[in-house]
Amino acid sequence: MKQYFQDIYESVSTVLIGMGVTFRHVFTPSVTQQYTADELPEERWRSPLDIPKESLQDRSRMKLHVKIEDCIGCKQCERACPVDCIHIENERRLKTAPPIFAANGQAIKQTVVQFDIDMSLCCYCQLCVYPCPTDCILMTPDFEFGGDRKGDLLYRYAKEPRDPNPPKPPVRRKFARKKFVRKKGALSKARPRRKVVRRRRAAAPAEAN
Amino acid sequence: MITRFRQVEMRLMGPLTAIPIVLAVAVLGTIAALPVLAMVISELTQDFIPPGLQHLVTVAVGCAGFIGILALNPIYAIWLERKVAAHVQDRLGPMRVGWHGLLQSFADGIKLLFKEDLVPKNADPVLFRAAPMLAIVSAFAAFAIVPWGVRSDGAVLAVADLNIGVLYFVAITSLGALSVLMAGWGSNNKYALYGGMRAAAQMVSYEIPTAILVLLVVAQVGTLSIPEIVAAQEGGFLGIGDWLIFQMFPLNLIGFVLFFICGLAETNRTPFDIPEAESELVAGFHTEYSGMRFAFFFLAEYGNMLLVSMLAALMFLGGWVGPFGSNPLLLFVKGFGLVVVQMWLRWTLPRLRVDQLMAVCWKYVIPISFFLLLVVAGVRGVGAGW
Repeated sequence: MKQYFQDIYESVSTVLIGMGVTFRHVFTPSVTQQYTADELPEERWRSPLDIPKESLQDRSRMKLHVKIEDCIGCKQCERACPVDCIHIENERRLKTAPPIFAANGQAIKQTVVQFDIDMSLCCYCQLCVYPCPTDCILMTPDFEFGGDRKGDLLYRYAKEPRDPNPPKPPVRRKFARKKFVRKKGALSKARPRRKVVRRRRAAAPAEAN
Repeated sequence: MITRFRQVEMRLMGPLTAIPIVLAVAVLGTIAALPVLAMVISELTQDFIPPGLQHLVTVAVGCAGFIGILALNPIYAIWLERKVAAHVQDRLGPMRVGWHGLLQSFADGIKLLFKEDLVPKNADPVLFRAAPMLAIVSAFAAFAIVPWGVRSDGAVLAVADLNIGVLYFVAITSLGALSVLMAGWGSNNKYALYGGMRAAAQMVSYEIPTAILVLLVVAQVGTLSIPEIVAAQEGGFLGIGDWLIFQMFPLNLIGFVLFFICGLAETNRTPFDIPEAESELVAGFHTEYSGMRFAFFFLAEYGNMLLVSMLAALMFLGGWVGPFGSNPLLLFVKGFGLVVVQMWLRWTLPRLRVDQLMAVCWKYVIPISFFLLLVVAGVRGVGAGW
């Protein structure tokens, strides 16, 4: 009989002790960190190029970065991308404009008006980095760039926003018409097409240099 | 990567982390504002309505109030439960959908609505479909006798002001056991069957002390009608002195605690959640349920939690009677307060074994409640005070 009441006392008192413990935990700060909202490292707000390479292993492939001032708008990275996550739009610079050059001395003849990389599609294969003639697209050691929504992963690298009504220089029209004529000829005869292929082959090594 | 600044900030913010829980109770309080609004409307219109229609109006107001509460209660109670669980475990809980995750349950509800309506091939189609309906009907039907206030002309605001209200409560809540048993049997799944059988054993066992404790109240107040039970608790020191829980000092306090324990067991809440024990029976009686049928069991569970809490508040804590006069809001504050205690207990205690559960019922709760009833009946019988 004594045991019976002792059991009751023990169970009630231990339940109260347990409730006290949980009650105290309600008032202890939670260990949860709200990612992206208050937990992204400081590095995120600096340029990804400033992150020390030693912080990660060699050849680690992380976020893509474009040094847009070196880009000549050749679209080779766009063509190389297996998942089509790069989108580039160019505009030919006026011939009268002052000549500008990339870091390796290559003349920039086109203005890149749109250079979008959708990192939510990117498969981190680094195939876009190899063909770049000016080494302007590269993988940085920045791996923490998560966002709240999918659109946060679309990175726009073009400096100047695209002009909705770009002035059409006469040079460009002339060039387009010429091209059209040549294409028409290619349909009827086989010879000009071979010419085009040869021209491409000749052009590729020059660009690689 | 916690900076030193953040650590300091966390230490400073420590006591403030409980603010969401306080706000949660406030949000649940706004749900309770619905019946208050209904009562105000009823008060304002009583002069314009012919006496023949008065009863109809109180019933309509009662229905509207409780349907509103029962529709909103699970949504916010689930959110509150997740918040309580998270803060007990030093987490934050839902934070993304809406302010502090307030709309999380709406999103979950919409998801459940759009899920495929599955019935297992070998299940009993009739029982499987009928069980969730019965569960929710038993939970909602019991609210018919829960009054939440008395109008100035004496009309009780309830769906039905039964003179045998507590008896109706005892009868209807046992339907819940049937629905769980039907779900377990109809699913044709061994875990569901185990869950159903356990639930039947548990709920039938805990019906007995519940009924005895209801009798304990009835023996003291002398009526089976809930509004009259509340009326008997009016007055006293600070307006709370005549609450039943303070009468015959230790007896009714023990009775209240036992009633609350029985309520926990009847709603299958932890530490008495053996019918749906996740670690043993997958999900117990609702293993095979998904989508809206599963949601129905959830609605019924949270409805039952509120029902048991509100009845405990009505019978032992004075219902809508309190230090600031009688106010329907008080009843809901007490009711939701007890719901929070249920959640608090859930995240404190581990689950009992089946034999322990039965031992608690048959060896401790029933004898003690019976002893309480005997003493109270004896004291009242000879007309003595305490």
